[in-house]
Amino acid sequence: MSTLHVNGREHTLTADPGTPILWALRDSLGLTGTKFGCGAALCGACTVHMDGQAIRSCVTPISAAAGKRVVTIEAVTSSNDRVGAAVHAAWVKHDVAQCGYCQSGQIMSATAFLKSLPKGKQPSAADIDAAMAGNICRCGTYARIRAAVAEAARAIA
Amino acid sequence: MFIASPTTLTHEMPRALQHMLAREQADTPTALPRRSFLKLAGIGGLGGFALGAFPQTATAQGAGAAASALKPTEQPSAFVQIAPSGEVTVTINRLDFGQGVQTALPMILAEELDANWAQVRSRHGSNDGAYVDPRFGMHLTGGSNSIKHSFTQYRELGARARAMLLSAAAARWNVDVAQLRTEAGQVLGPNSRKASYGELAEAAMALPVPEKVVLKDPQHFRLIGHATPRLDGRAKSSGRQDFGIDVRLPGQLTALVARPPVFGARLAAVNDSAARAIAGVKAVLRVPLGKGEGVAVLAEGYWPAKLGRDALQLQWATDGLEKVDTDRQLAQYRELASQPGALAFDADMAPLATAAHRIDAEFVFPYLAHAAMEPLNCTVRLGPDRADLWVGSQFPGSDGAAAASVLGLKPEQVKVNVQMAGGGFGRRGNPASDFVILACEVAKAARAVGLAVPINTQWSREDDMQGGYYRPMHLHRARVGFDERGNLLAWDHALVGQSIVSGTFFEGMLKNGVDGTATEGLRDPYPVPMRLSVHHPKLNVPVLWWRSVGSTHTAFVMETLIDEVARTTRQDPVAYRMRLFDGKHPRHRTALQLAVEKSGYGKKKLAAGRAWGVAVHESFETVVACVVEASVQNGQPVLHRVTAGVHCNLVVNPLTVEAQVQGAVLMGLSMCLPGAAITLKDGVVQQSNFGDFVVPRITDMPQIAVHTVPSADPPTGMGEPGLPPLAPAFANAIARLTGKPLRELPFKLA
Repeated sequence: MSTLHVNGREHTLTADPGTPILWALRDSLGLTGTKFGCGAALCGACTVHMDGQAIRSCVTPISAAAGKRVVTIEAVTSSNDRVGAAVHAAWVKHDVAQCGYCQSGQIMSATAFLKSLPKGKQPSAADIDAAMAGNICRCGTYARIRAAVAEAARAIA
Repeated sequence: MFIASPTTLTHEMPRALQHMLAREQADTPTALPRRSFLKLAGIGGLGGFALGAFPQTATAQGAGAAASALKPTEQPSAFVQIAPSGEVTVTINRLDFGQGVQTALPMILAEELDANWAQVRSRHGSNDGAYVDPRFGMHLTGGSNSIKHSFTQYRELGARARAMLLSAAAARWNVDVAQLRTEAGQVLGPNSRKASYGELAEAAMALPVPEKVVLKDPQHFRLIGHATPRLDGRAKSSGRQDFGIDVRLPGQLTALVARPPVFGARLAAVNDSAARAIAGVKAVLRVPLGKGEGVAVLAEGYWPAKLGRDALQLQWATDGLEKVDTDRQLAQYRELASQPGALAFDADMAPLATAAHRIDAEFVFPYLAHAAMEPLNCTVRLGPDRADLWVGSQFPGSDGAAAASVLGLKPEQVKVNVQMAGGGFGRRGNPASDFVILACEVAKAARAVGLAVPINTQWSREDDMQGGYYRPMHLHRARVGFDERGNLLAWDHALVGQSIVSGTFFEGMLKNGVDGTATEGLRDPYPVPMRLSVHHPKLNVPVLWWRSVGSTHTAFVMETLIDEVARTTRQDPVAYRMRLFDGKHPRHRTALQLAVEKSGYGKKKLAAGRAWGVAVHESFETVVACVVEASVQNGQPVLHRVTAGVHCNLVVNPLTVEAQVQGAVLMGLSMCLPGAAITLKDGVVQQSNFGDFVVPRITDMPQIAVHTVPSADPPTGMGEPGLPPLAPAFANAIARLTGKPLRELPFKLA
C-alpha cells in the first residue's frame, strides 16, 4: 500500500512502492494525459510536477513522492493554475501540436520553467531552448513550442 | 473490395504505386461489404442522424436507382453526421498521426457543405469498406496521398449532403430549391426564412442521395486555403486527447512480450516461475511472432508486466538464423555493387571513358528506426464470433484481415477502430501487420487459458526500437562523366539494399526485379543518360517504408552529385540546375526560384563561416526546394537556417503545410545527426532507446521558413516531400566549406 497525492487529492494505491509514478497515474488512477515515451528519462513525454519541480515520472517511484504533491497535465491546464492556463492558451493559439503525443510533457516542462523564473524576467531564446531540451518531439513542432513558451512568458509577466 | 474506378489514371501515380493498384484490383477482398454501412447509424454515440440514405432504405423508398449506384466512398452517411444541435461530425478515411488530415479532410467537406466551422468535429473511421482510399481501393494512409486522393471525394460528399439539406428545406417550406441558399450551417430561404442544418438533418436523411452534384468555384472557397487551427489542438494541449495507448476497457490487462534477441529466434527454454510470482502478473504465455516466437507477460498494468518480463529466464535458439553484422553487411554490399544487377534504366556508358571529368562516389545509408513517440501498441477484445481492435493503423483493412486470419474469423467479423496515433512515419503501415498480429496472438493465447478479457499488447521503447522494420540500409555507387560545361554524358549507378515490398502483398510493385520504392527519385528530372543496376539482397532484418521512402537516400545521392558537378565545373548550383531543367519541369523551377528569392541566396551576405546549400527534389508529386545556411562548429556541421520553396498545387490548410514541411525538414536533419543509425552485431540490434538512437531536440531546430507556390491545381502530397531535400542541401553547404563531399549519413567529417 502506498499513498500518492495527485492534483490536490490523496490516493491510496495497492501498487508496489517501487512503481514509477507514471504507471500509478495511467494504470491505477486513469490519468492517461501523462504519456509513456521511453521509460528511461530520455524523452520527457511523462513529465509531471512534484512539489513544483518538473520530474520524469517514468523513473520516479511512488515512494519518492511520499509527502509531496504531484500535479499532472490534467490539473495544470484545467484548474486555476495561472501559468498553466497561459501555457495552454499559447499552445492552442500557436497550433503547436501535430500528433500531440509529446505535448503533455512539453507543456509540463514549459510550465515548470516559467514558474521557476524570477518575477518579471523574460526568458531569452537560449533560455527557452535549454529549458525544453529534455523533451523530444518527433513531429518537429519545436518552432511553435519556442513561440508558445515566449508568448506564455509575456502573458504572465 | 471496392475496385478503383476504371477511369483512374494510373500513369499519374508515383511509379512505384502503379503496380500496387494493378495488384489491388485483382486481389482478394479485405474490406467489409457494403451492408456494413448500416452499422454506422448506431456507432459512435453521437446521437443525431446519419445524414443520407442508406442504400437499402433508399431502395425501399423507390429512390434506390440513383442512391445505390453510388459507391461506398460516395455515401455521405458514412462520412458526415449532423446532430440536432447542428454539430457536424466528419469521419476521416485516414489515420491522423500528426499530419493534420483530421482537420484538412473536414475542411474540404465543410467547404462544400457550407457548414459552420465552429460546429465541425472530426473522428477516425475503421476498416469499414467506406474508408478505403478512393483511388487505390484499400485502406491506406501513406504515400502522402490523403488529400491528393480524397480532395474531390470529400468535396463531393459535402456537396451531396448540402443538396439533401436544401431539398429538405424546399419540401418544408414548399418552395423551389433554386430559391434557397446555404450559409454557415443554415439554409436561407425567401422572406428571411432560416433553418439550421440540425433542424433539417432528420428529414434530409430520408431523401435520396443525389448522384451528381455541382462543386463550388474555388474562388468562392471560405475554408480551403485559409489558415485553420487543428480541430484537436485544445485536446492535445490539455492531456485530453486519447491515443491507442490510452484505450481502457473493463477488465483490460496489459501484455508485454519478451522478444527474441535475433530476428526469428525460437525459445529453447523458459523458466517463468519468478515472473509468475510478481504481484499483478496474471499469465505468462508463449506466443508465435511472424518469425520466431516470444513470451507474453499479462498483468494488471504496464509495471507488473514489465517486472514479470524482466524476471523471465529465457534461452533462445538462434542456430540456423542469419546473424547480421553491419560491418560485414557493408562489405557484402560493396561486393554486390561491383556485380551486374537488375537493370532499372540503361544507357550507353562508353562516354565515361572519354569524359573530361569523372566523379566516382560511394554512398552509405544506415538502417533507421521510425521512433515515433507513442510506442507501438494494439488492444484486442475477443467476442464469441467477432473481434474488436483499437490501434493506430495506417492499413486498417489489411490489418483487420490479418487479425481475422490469426483468430479464425471472417474479415467482416473484425472491427478495427482506428485510433489517433502518436506518430508513425510508415511504421504503422506494415503489410506484415506485425504488431496487430502479435496483439491478436496474445489475446488468442490468453483466451485459451481462460483469460477472456481485453488485452492491450504494449511495446516498450526498447521493443519498438529493436523490433525491426527499419528504413533499409543502402549503398549507392555512382560513376558520373561530364564535360567542361557540366553536361552529363554518362552516369553508371549501382544501388544495393533490401526490397521493402518483396514478400508482401505489395510484391507486384517489383518490376523486373527492381523495387521502385528503392529507386524512386533517381535520375529524374535531370537529363542523365543513366544505367541503374539494382541488387536487393535478402537479410534477416525486417525493413519498411520510412517517411519519404526511397527519396530518403536517392535525393541525397542525386542532389549532392549534381552539386558536385556544379562545383567541379565552377557553376552556381542554382543556375546549373536551372540550366539542366532546360525550360521544362516548371514546378521544380518555380519551387527552387521561390526558395532562392525568399532566402536571399546570392544577394544576402552570409555571416562569417557560413555557406549556402541548395537542393530540390520531387516526391509524391510535390516538389520541395531547400536553400540552407550552415557552418562547421567544433568539427560538427551545424544547420542554421532553412528556406523551403514548396510546389504542392492547391494548399488546403496553410498551417498544416507549414507544419509538415518544418517537421519533415527536422526529420531530414535527423538523418544527418551523429547517432542516427541502427546497427547490428552478431544479429543483435545495438541501439535501444533515445540515448543511443539520437533524434533531434529543440536545440537542433534551425530557423525554417516555408513558402508555397500559388496554384489552383488539385493538391498533391504533403506528408513526406519536405524531407528529401534537406540532407543534401545541408551536405552541399558543408562541402562548400570543407571542399570535401559528404557521402554518408549520418554525417562524418573526416
